[in-house]
Amino acid sequence: MRSLPVIVSLFLRASRLQKKRAVLTIAAIAWGSVSLLLLLAFGEGLKNQMATARRGMGEGIAVLWAGQTTKAWQGLPPGRQINFAIDDVEILRSRVPILDGVIGENRTWSANFVVGKTTLNAQINGVHADYGRLRNHEPAPGGRFLNDHDVALRRRVVFLGDKLAKDLFAAEDPIGRGLLINNVPYTVIGVMKHRMQMGTYGGPDEGHAVVPITTFRAQFGDWPLANLVIRPKDPNQMSLALAEVRKVLAGKYKFDPEDTRVIQDWDTVKGAKVMTNILLGIQIFLGIIGGLTLMIGGVGVANIMYATVKERTREIGVKMALGARRSWITGPLLLEGLAYTVVGGLFGVVIATVLIILMGLIPTQGNQALEFLGKPTLSPAVGLVSAAILGLIGLIAAYFPARRAASIDPAQTLRYE
Amino acid sequence: MSLTLARNGTPVADAPAATDVIRMAGITKIYDTGKIRVEALRGVDLCVRAGEFVAIVGPSGSGKSTLMNLVGCLDTPTGGTYLLRDKEVAGLDKNDLARIRNERVGFVFQNFNLLPQITAYENVEMPLLFGGVPKRERKERVHALFAKVGLADRMDHRPTELSGGQMQRVAVARALSMNPDIVLADEPTGNLDTSSGGDVMSLFEELWKQGRTLIVITHDAALARRAGRIVEIRDGMIVRDGAPVPA
Repeated sequence: MRSLPVIVSLFLRASRLQKKRAVLTIAAIAWGSVSLLLLLAFGEGLKNQMATARRGMGEGIAVLWAGQTTKAWQGLPPGRQINFAIDDVEILRSRVPILDGVIGENRTWSANFVVGKTTLNAQINGVHADYGRLRNHEPAPGGRFLNDHDVALRRRVVFLGDKLAKDLFAAEDPIGRGLLINNVPYTVIGVMKHRMQMGTYGGPDEGHAVVPITTFRAQFGDWPLANLVIRPKDPNQMSLALAEVRKVLAGKYKFDPEDTRVIQDWDTVKGAKVMTNILLGIQIFLGIIGGLTLMIGGVGVANIMYATVKERTREIGVKMALGARRSWITGPLLLEGLAYTVVGGLFGVVIATVLIILMGLIPTQGNQALEFLGKPTLSPAVGLVSAAILGLIGLIAAYFPARRAASIDPAQTLRYE
Repeated sequence: MSLTLARNGTPVADAPAATDVIRMAGITKIYDTGKIRVEALRGVDLCVRAGEFVAIVGPSGSGKSTLMNLVGCLDTPTGGTYLLRDKEVAGLDKNDLARIRNERVGFVFQNFNLLPQITAYENVEMPLLFGGVPKRERKERVHALFAKVGLADRMDHRPTELSGGQMQRVAVARALSMNPDIVLADEPTGNLDTSSGGDVMSLFEELWKQGRTLIVITHDAALARRAGRIVEIRDGMIVRDGAPVPA
């Protein structure tokens, strides 16, 4: 294959001209590249932020609620209300070994909180110690989450959501401070580290207080559990885990294990897959918009290439007369089109990178829109996709002018002025 | 195929009749655009032997440029057979024709047709580049060619920095670079003043003496008379073929 060196050699000789026109074309490509890169970077940032937010509630978990039976079973009529009892947690822990964790929750939607002269109402959850791990309640420095001793000894300790802590204690450090919940004194042992949270059941965690489930039941009553939260050891085993849990509870409460309406579940693993696909769709959409913008630059390249071919018609005819193969005519033109896009693309990358770094300096904390839009991020994937789109546009933009060049008839172009 | 002519163009002493470089028989060329149908050539028989210097003359529209395009393999005939050094040209594809032009035909044009952005050296080197000649050999051959046409000191000039006569000599050097079977010149003196035209004519005569096969299309009676044979075309047919009539 000796065509390649010939093509490169011809390309290098032809590219000594055209500088002024090239600048405008390159600018158009650079602009298109900036649009494409920024859009993809925003998509990437959004994806990262959404993933973080989605993980906020806890990763690989399912929340279970008990409802009514819909089928008759073993002599019992349909329409029976099933309630989770606190010992279900221990039963599931011992009977479903593929589970990594099980916790129960009791909840009261509104309790009265008093700190000094501040008084307000907030939701309070009574939970097992493992709740912190499953539901991603990481303590801010200086504090801790509830532990098994708190639950076993029915301690009056409380872990506050970060927003609730701020509402109650303003700028003061709440750790170790006392407060009254429905006139019962509690000690604050920890405050949740701020995090984004997309999915909630019963409102965002930042506005809740969490106390040991035993303490809760002592103060507010031995209600059935509001819900269970489970996490399988392997997220891919979620469906299996849910089936096992249903089977165990169906045995205990005597309902048909096939009666799926009895226990409603929110499977975040399934939700994550859906979300991943939606975000991929958004990114593809943004990529298409960016690609279309870049295509305008590609039209510019095609335009300048057509002009070049027209101007060089005679030269192309001469080269053909001297024995240039078709590919030696089209090759350098394709390289030229690619060169415009590559140079324009490089400028675009530099400009987009600078813009993205500058945008990264804008503080997003506290601004909910910006917090959710995230930080635009240039990832290797974004770079590769952009490079592929650029290269494709460059080749397509140069292909048609090159094809025209190859169809030039040397006999027609050579003879007369 | 018996090569009775060395590639450097030196004729072999007892060259038999088979040394015809060009053998055309019953060549027709019809341009049919759908609306207009033009019969540019209507049955041309032409044989050119190695080492001949042929001038093709005729009025405008007589078909001589069509003939030149066919001889130079820039175009293929509608009918008839054309053997260029025993190789049938009809039916070849564009890349095959390009190869034949590169290896067997050297072109000299009225308007020189040097590529303006590259140096004279690179212009002469281009057919060698197309022919796959290695870089070092290209350099040797280009230097020798510039010496031959007397422009060794102008190699690094752009064509625009050369006079018309110099440009045409560069073009001749380019035409010779691949040691072609024939040198095909189309009005080579048409754009030159008398003096530089004379230089180019002398160069052609010299090439002839060295054994080159030359075909020149010309209006220039003085140039035609210097050829060994004049072929006159009218209305797509050869009407006269023979030695020049002394002025």
